[in-house]
Amino acid sequence: MKICVLVKEVPDAAVQKRIDPSTGRMDRSGEKNLNPYDTHAIEAAMQLKESGALPVEEVVAVSMGPDSAERALHKAVSLGADRSIHLSDDALAGSDVAATGYALSQVLEREKPDLVLLGQQSDDGECYTIGAVVADHLGMPSLTQVIKIDVEGGDKLRAERQAEYGYDTVEVALPAVISVGDAINEPRYPSLKAIMGAKKKPLEKVAAGDVGIDSSKVGGDHSAAQWTGSKEPPKKEPGKIIEDEDTNETVEQIVAWLDERKLI
Amino acid sequence: MANILVYALQYEGAFNKNSLGAVSEAAKLASEIGGEAHAIVVGEGISDDLCSSLGNYGATKVLRVEGPEGLAQPVVDAMATAVGSGDYGYALFGGGLLGFEIGAGLAARLDAGVAMEVTAVRAEGGKLVAERPILGDSAISEISFRSDLGIIIGRLNAFEISESGGTATVEDLSVDFSPFSGQATMITRGEQRGEEVDIEGADVLVAGGRGLGSEEGFQLCEDLAGAFGGNSAVAATRAVVDAGWFPYAGQIGQTGKTVAPKLYLAAGISGAIQHKVGMQGSETIVAINKDANAPIFEFSDLGIVGDLNKIMPKLTEAVKAKKGG
Ligand SMILES: Cc1cc2nc3c(=O)[nH]c(=O)nc-3n(C[C@H](O)[C@H](O)[C@H](O)COP(=O)(O)OP(=O)(O)OC[C@H]3O[C@@H](n4cnc5c(N)ncnc54)[C@H](O)[C@@H]3O)c2cc1C
Ligand SMILES: Nc1ncnc2c1ncn2[C@@H]1O[C@H](COP(=O)(O)O)[C@@H](O)[C@H]1O
Repeated sequence: MKICVLVKEVPDAAVQKRIDPSTGRMDRSGEKNLNPYDTHAIEAAMQLKESGALPVEEVVAVSMGPDSAERALHKAVSLGADRSIHLSDDALAGSDVAATGYALSQVLEREKPDLVLLGQQSDDGECYTIGAVVADHLGMPSLTQVIKIDVEGGDKLRAERQAEYGYDTVEVALPAVISVGDAINEPRYPSLKAIMGAKKKPLEKVAAGDVGIDSSKVGGDHSAAQWTGSKEPPKKEPGKIIEDEDTNETVEQIVAWLDERKLI
Repeated sequence: MANILVYALQYEGAFNKNSLGAVSEAAKLASEIGGEAHAIVVGEGISDDLCSSLGNYGATKVLRVEGPEGLAQPVVDAMATAVGSGDYGYALFGGGLLGFEIGAGLAARLDAGVAMEVTAVRAEGGKLVAERPILGDSAISEISFRSDLGIIIGRLNAFEISESGGTATVEDLSVDFSPFSGQATMITRGEQRGEEVDIEGADVLVAGGRGLGSEEGFQLCEDLAGAFGGNSAVAATRAVVDAGWFPYAGQIGQTGKTVAPKLYLAAGISGAIQHKVGMQGSETIVAINKDANAPIFEFSDLGIVGDLNKIMPKLTEAVKAKKGG
């Protein structure tokens, strides 16, 4: 069996994210990293493989993004993926979520995975939806925000996730697309050896045309959802901030603040 | 192409509050772009009465589809069928989880544009423009659609419920479900993990997040809530509920409860959007977090940057002393 894990490169959590007013797109300069939510998807793939719950021969990391996304793929491989595929093409720049999902699904069509795993959300785009887009293109059943996966009889999974009314348990036949919530596991740290070895594992670079992506369906200009403007959210008075240095004093201040507002 | 199709989620004989908000919003928007709001419901043996009750929120027609409940892909099939035979320019969803999955699947199916986490929609020249806050709500982007169908997924509580007193006709729609839609089956739905706790009625809520470090960490919240006494309770984020540290009934947010206490005090909570949408109506927001850059400080009235393990026990004592004195 083959598991494909979709991973994305995102601005590092410490970087102040902003929109470039001249393009309306996210300013992607500055330090970048593998989307932290995707490490849970890789870990889920590794646990399925290592436990023998599924006869997994290969875990393949797949990413769409600019040249720098290679580093996210190296990280994914250092966490256990066997090889990686980097979909990169100027024609893809600025794709909306529907176009991104379509493009990724074209790579997956070619790979024919038995299971596609994703993170619950990208740290920058925060759409929570790539999985559902990919699944519809692939014609596979799909669930998002899954926090537990059990294998049932080889070609079925039992997945749990929280939805509107509490926890749902759903049986899903493979092949399937599943996005995992961050409570599903505690991702491992890569060993030094794995980090050093990551660059030696196969990384295939593909352009849009290589995987049959219809270029009239991708990229900023062709995306169906168009960014047509932006505005500032209503300004809120900034709250008072106390840096805790002397805790007794901090607590005194908190109590006084609450007391002033008759909250105690 | 001026009609708006709204997915109305129902469970155990009642519609989801956010769906009713979406129907109300669609009715308002449809009148502005010269169309009608229609709702679509998918489930097993849904009654005429339940369907037609959506007329009271402004739907003029309700499409009823017999199909499995609680899963997204059968609804994608149903909505794609409806769009194929109707005159729809937009599909609208209230906040929650299924709406994200259905809306995204529908976008893929119909080559449509989709905007999610939408907080406001306006009509402009016969078209709809969606406002979507991005980057931790630090900016709002405006999204228009160039596809025949525009898909708008609202943020939790974004659309207000309004009763118009209208009536709706109910029409049965038969759907050929995709083979893969049947590849997922619900085993159990809506399981309430953990005991029953009431957080909606509390005046003071002490909410705990992953920063508490463990299930035992919740004792700090219990103690502080106890010190406030009276009508106070402990609540939680999804992260800790998923981890099994706290009952689901005490979860605030997108797939939990919406609360508006007089005082909401967060301990070790980062302030993710999905949590914020469930508590931003609180009268006073106080947060303790050791990370000065935590998003929760952006919407707190009082923020304390520090270690909750040091601060909470002393705060509990100080509140008790104040109460006693
Ligand atoms: C579709 C969807 C639906 C969701 N629904 C919900 C929902 O209903 N409700 C919900 O809450 N979330 C929901 N989430 C999850 C949400 O995105 C966040 O992951 C979650 O709210 C984070 O919980 P947290 O703040 O406890 O954990 P974290 O984000 O991990 O934050 C922990 C915080 O604790 C701080 N901390 C750590 N140690 C200490 C210490 N010693 N002292 C002080 N501070 C400390 C850290 O600095 C950090 O800011 C949903 C997500 C998705 C994608
Ligand atoms: N450009 C991309 N390349 C590969 N995977 C992606 C990309 N964008 C999003 N994903 C995957 O989709 C998940 C959800 O992202 P999103 O829908 O953007 O919140 C992420 O956690 C990734 O696993």
